[in-house]
Amino acid sequence: MTRQAVAAGVSALALLTGAPALAEIKIGASLAVTGPAAFLGDPEAKTLEMLVEELNANGGINGEEVELVLYDDGADPNKARTFATRLIEEDEVVAVIGGSSTGTTMAMAPLFADYEIPFISLAGAVVIIDPVQEFVFKTPHTDRMACEKIFADITSRGMTKVGLISGTGGFGASMREQCLDVAESSGVEIVADESYGGSDSDMTPQLTNIASTDGIEAIVNPGFGQGPAVVTRNYAQLGLDMPLYQSHGVASDEFIKLAGDAANGIRLPATPLLIPDQLAEDDVQRQPVQDYIAAYEEAYGEKPSTFGGYAYDAFHLLVDAIERAGSTDPVEIRDALEATEELAGVTGVYTFSPEDHMGLDLSAFRILEIEDGGWKPVEE
Amino acid sequence: MSELLQFLVSGITVGAIYAAIALGFTLIYNASGVVNFAQGEFVVIGGMTAAALIGAGVPVWIAAPLAVIAGMLVGVLLYRLAIKPAREAPLVSLIIITIGASIFLRGAMQAVFDKQIHRYDGFSGDAPLRVGGATILPQSLWIVGGSIAVFAFLAWFLNRTRAGRGIKATASNRMAAALVGINTGRAMNLSFALSAAIGALAGVLATPVTFTSYDVGVLMALKGFSATMLGGVGSPLGALAGGLLIGLIEALTAGYISSDYKDASAFIVILLVLFLRPQGLFGARITERV
Repeated sequence: MTRQAVAAGVSALALLTGAPALAEIKIGASLAVTGPAAFLGDPEAKTLEMLVEELNANGGINGEEVELVLYDDGADPNKARTFATRLIEEDEVVAVIGGSSTGTTMAMAPLFADYEIPFISLAGAVVIIDPVQEFVFKTPHTDRMACEKIFADITSRGMTKVGLISGTGGFGASMREQCLDVAESSGVEIVADESYGGSDSDMTPQLTNIASTDGIEAIVNPGFGQGPAVVTRNYAQLGLDMPLYQSHGVASDEFIKLAGDAANGIRLPATPLLIPDQLAEDDVQRQPVQDYIAAYEEAYGEKPSTFGGYAYDAFHLLVDAIERAGSTDPVEIRDALEATEELAGVTGVYTFSPEDHMGLDLSAFRILEIEDGGWKPVEE
Repeated sequence: MSELLQFLVSGITVGAIYAAIALGFTLIYNASGVVNFAQGEFVVIGGMTAAALIGAGVPVWIAAPLAVIAGMLVGVLLYRLAIKPAREAPLVSLIIITIGASIFLRGAMQAVFDKQIHRYDGFSGDAPLRVGGATILPQSLWIVGGSIAVFAFLAWFLNRTRAGRGIKATASNRMAAALVGINTGRAMNLSFALSAAIGALAGVLATPVTFTSYDVGVLMALKGFSATMLGGVGSPLGALAGGLLIGLIEALTAGYISSDYKDASAFIVILLVLFLRPQGLFGARITERV
């Protein structure tokens, strides 16, 4: 008998004897753990794995252990759809979390209506929840809300004339459209509209043009990755004095590190995850934010990101719904999920309804200002 | 007026980066006729190594040369392990090997370094200099100076030294070169080492302005290759002029027409030049004898 055969025999025995008599609740996930969207999927997967372990150590849901079935779709919509089918048909999960990107989410979404399984997406775009699909929910706020929040802050400072400088990547292009769309209803006027490519290394021509536009009062930069850091440094290089707003896409300590001193004075909408110690004592998000950061730092030795926070919220929404449903029937879980009220997560406070499957309002975003290389909430 | 000046400053900074990358392409092409698609990866290796060393507390004046040496070593390994064993293969195969090498290097860099975006402070600080209403970063002067220095070195090396002329002879006819006593193996080795060093130097100089991460090499190589084509493949002067021209066209289009057409206008000019002068602005017309 070869060593492999012995090993196989032993592990088969372990499977037979090791499985506890307890019933298990299976939760599925398909995330972009590797590939171009790994910066989203990696912290999301780590967060889910950490939470499942923590939950089982504390006795699971209503005494039942939870098993996470996680697949890496590499942000490929075809793979995501295959994995979603496998999760539903072979793994027989009761609910699915995932879709790190809008593309994978939309590829999977139709399956959940067919099989009547609840699905919580971690992607940003409005199309996921508008129009509302019965079995599809999502946790991140939309780029439309980011625009509204930024514009609200601009008008509260008595300004109305805004220049946009947007990245041409998916994130920047989508947010630019939403900003143009909500500008009028938010009471601002877009007087300049420039763009830059994802790998561009100098945006001074675009910024020079924006700065020389008549009456310009503020600049907004929808974008992702290194572009916004370059814009911020060029803005400082040119010595512009109108306020510059960045998007929630760069709300991380990484951005401050890249942009350096130029980042001071920049404002952006972000989740409370960036300011755990500056949240008011009576802030309902204080507890989840501090819990999440402490647990993640202990498990992985690094700070959690905004994106991991989306997974944290999705998992807690789901566990809360299963507990309230008192059942593992997917349709009953869905009904309980839709009835979620005032659940405080790290991203915001969720209240779902049949018309609203994102459950967040503008209060989920906090406007932060960078001061001395750190985050500071702007009083509203 | 100050606007135009700002656009020009921006164009020259960006153009000098393209030119430095293009000069790396030129050398390997001159030695072997191979367009090395892993050239962008050398740029990233330079930038990432310097960022990692500076992040670990090594002073810039030690980290920068070490990063260039690291790039050079990878260049030599690329030649020894991937190109040399296949040196009898047709040119197209060699070019495809460099594409494979670029994918491999990108994967290796994810593992050796990380997937984050990096930068470090400019060599002479980050306080912008004011020049007649426009502002320029001191690092831009380093980049422009670096590109010109590399150009001058290459022009001298390829035309005035034995080793350089050996590289050119190897490219034009390897067997004839070997017959007249040129060590063609050493010439190839040297060209890969120098070319990688030039790429790494471009990365070291540009990172404070452009930032770097493991996956920017492809786009860098694309712009550098465009500059090479525009200027004329194989000509150091062409690489320098091509890079600066593309940078200026991009900046002026972004400034005066629309930033949406920035990349398109650069490529239109390249297409026009290639239609009218297929050998590029400064390329020598190549006649093949059968």
